[in-house]
Amino acid sequence: MTAGPIDTSSTSTATEPAVAAAPGQGVHSRRRRVGTLVGFGVLVLLLWEAVKWLGGVPWRFTDVLGTGLAIDYSPPFRFPFASDLTLPHWFNILGALAAPVQRNAQQSLGEFLVGAAFYTWREAAIGFALGALLGLVLATLFVHSRLAERAFVPYVIASQTIPIVALAPMIVYAFGPNVTSVVVIATYLTFFPVTIAMIRGLRAPDPRALELMRSYAAGRWATYRKVRLPASLPYLFTALKIAATASIVGAIIGEGPGGIPDGLGRAIINFNQQYISGPEKLWAAILVSSLLGISFFVLIRLAELGVLRGRPGAAER
Amino acid sequence: MEPTEIPVVRIAAVDKTFTSERSRVTTALQGIDLEIRRGEFVSLIGPSGCGKSTLLRLIGDLVAPTAGRVTINGKPADRARRDRDYGIVFQAPVLFDWRSVEDNVKLPLELMGFDAGRRTARAREMLDLVELGDFLHHHPYQLSGGMQQRVAIARALAFEPSILLMDEPFGALDEMTRERMNQEVQRIWERTGITVVFVTHSIPEAVFLSSRVVVMSARPGRITDVIEIDLPRPRDVETREQRRYFELVTAVREALRRGGADAALDPVGSAGGPTPVAAVGSIDRAAAEGGIG
Repeated sequence: MTAGPIDTSSTSTATEPAVAAAPGQGVHSRRRRVGTLVGFGVLVLLLWEAVKWLGGVPWRFTDVLGTGLAIDYSPPFRFPFASDLTLPHWFNILGALAAPVQRNAQQSLGEFLVGAAFYTWREAAIGFALGALLGLVLATLFVHSRLAERAFVPYVIASQTIPIVALAPMIVYAFGPNVTSVVVIATYLTFFPVTIAMIRGLRAPDPRALELMRSYAAGRWATYRKVRLPASLPYLFTALKIAATASIVGAIIGEGPGGIPDGLGRAIINFNQQYISGPEKLWAAILVSSLLGISFFVLIRLAELGVLRGRPGAAER
Repeated sequence: MEPTEIPVVRIAAVDKTFTSERSRVTTALQGIDLEIRRGEFVSLIGPSGCGKSTLLRLIGDLVAPTAGRVTINGKPADRARRDRDYGIVFQAPVLFDWRSVEDNVKLPLELMGFDAGRRTARAREMLDLVELGDFLHHHPYQLSGGMQQRVAIARALAFEPSILLMDEPFGALDEMTRERMNQEVQRIWERTGITVVFVTHSIPEAVFLSSRVVVMSARPGRITDVIEIDLPRPRDVETREQRRYFELVTAVREALRRGGADAALDPVGSAGGPTPVAAVGSIDRAAAEGGIG
């Protein structure tokens, strides 16, 4: 048999029928995906205003564009969830981001929230790293010891049934009202998905791959490094993406009982208390929190694309 | 064979039983005696469940015998495995997607402490041998099934083992690719002088490739017959059309039938076994009978 062009018509193996996407197709589908995303965002904003148009509070414009004209608009319905208190105009939320965080303050709300987001992200990232490491170590232990797996996995699962709002104050009692407590809470939320995914991931190799390694007289460590770990990476990244957003949530929740004044958690609590006087601020804080989670997710996704480059289906995961 | 020469593989009075979790005991192999000389090409053939793959794994020390002894190159099998006396190829290529073709072939060399220069040289030499020298930087999933299996063969040969174990290596391939692969394996075998133990479901494949065909029966797995294949070498497409070839195919088939294997070889009769063989079995049965008739 001569080494001809790649024969795609021949039967692929039963294990992994992988088809490489055509080069042009990736760009095309990415453009379409971005288009869908933006389109949907615009739709949500339009619906938002449509709800307010239908059931919000009356508008009154006096002196429209300097013409001396006044416009009154009274929506046909009164939805309780569409008042300016319960559902501010989204452009007012964006406007609040640009306005000073407090009367006579130099800093805008946006600047303040981005600063708080970075502060929270630092806590979350440390917790994320520790949680990922803990998850990896636990999964490695479980995969190599049936006894450890049987003894500890039920407790790992049980640990996640405790409501984090109940647990957070107890962690603060244990570690003190400081950043350490917040990191511990973030770790607590992140180690779980990594553990569970990596138990599967480290077992992902074909049993024959393990036989192959045995035929090379490769030890456990070599098998782990050359086969189990690389085979588990897609599972790891799936878990890390979940863990990234969970770590942000954990840090924000932890900042309350942890008494951390500088992060998004405190900002959310404060703006919650000031909601009546300025609902846009809480909405803005939620927006920034969500953007923080999305950014962390995207960061992990980019790392995934880099690490899994060249594997089948890496772009679709 | 010189009387003083140590057989490459010596299997003496080997039994293998498996115990399931509910303590049910299955006898996979019973009373196996087999010697394989240096440079032989020996096929193990038999119905699903006759333990031919298990026998191969015993030779490779991937499973341990319940009774009896497996000696490889005069050493216990586990010692031979540690000395990397054999390379193995499975039915699936078992290539690693995160490694290029070249790096897949280098894997055993990395584990065995070859330096970087020798790893590259060996990997390229082996890929040239299987005629994949132009695909060094491809990834396995970019290759066809047959090409993937050739990479697996290159990998198995990379560290120059004295034995090549092949467990239904072409069972997942279509018939055309399979015949080309048979040709390829014969060429590699002649070029390297390696001893090959080859598990297959396919009678034509076994006859075409082998110097001896070991016929097995199921439940419990036993060796029922050993058939010398005296077809001249090199064998090629015309070999498959010779009278002697058909006689040997028939001889192996009858031996399988005598062993009670016929029903199990039949695609309809077999339950749960690997199925790719089914179509192959019925096609060459028709062809062989037509040819002899």
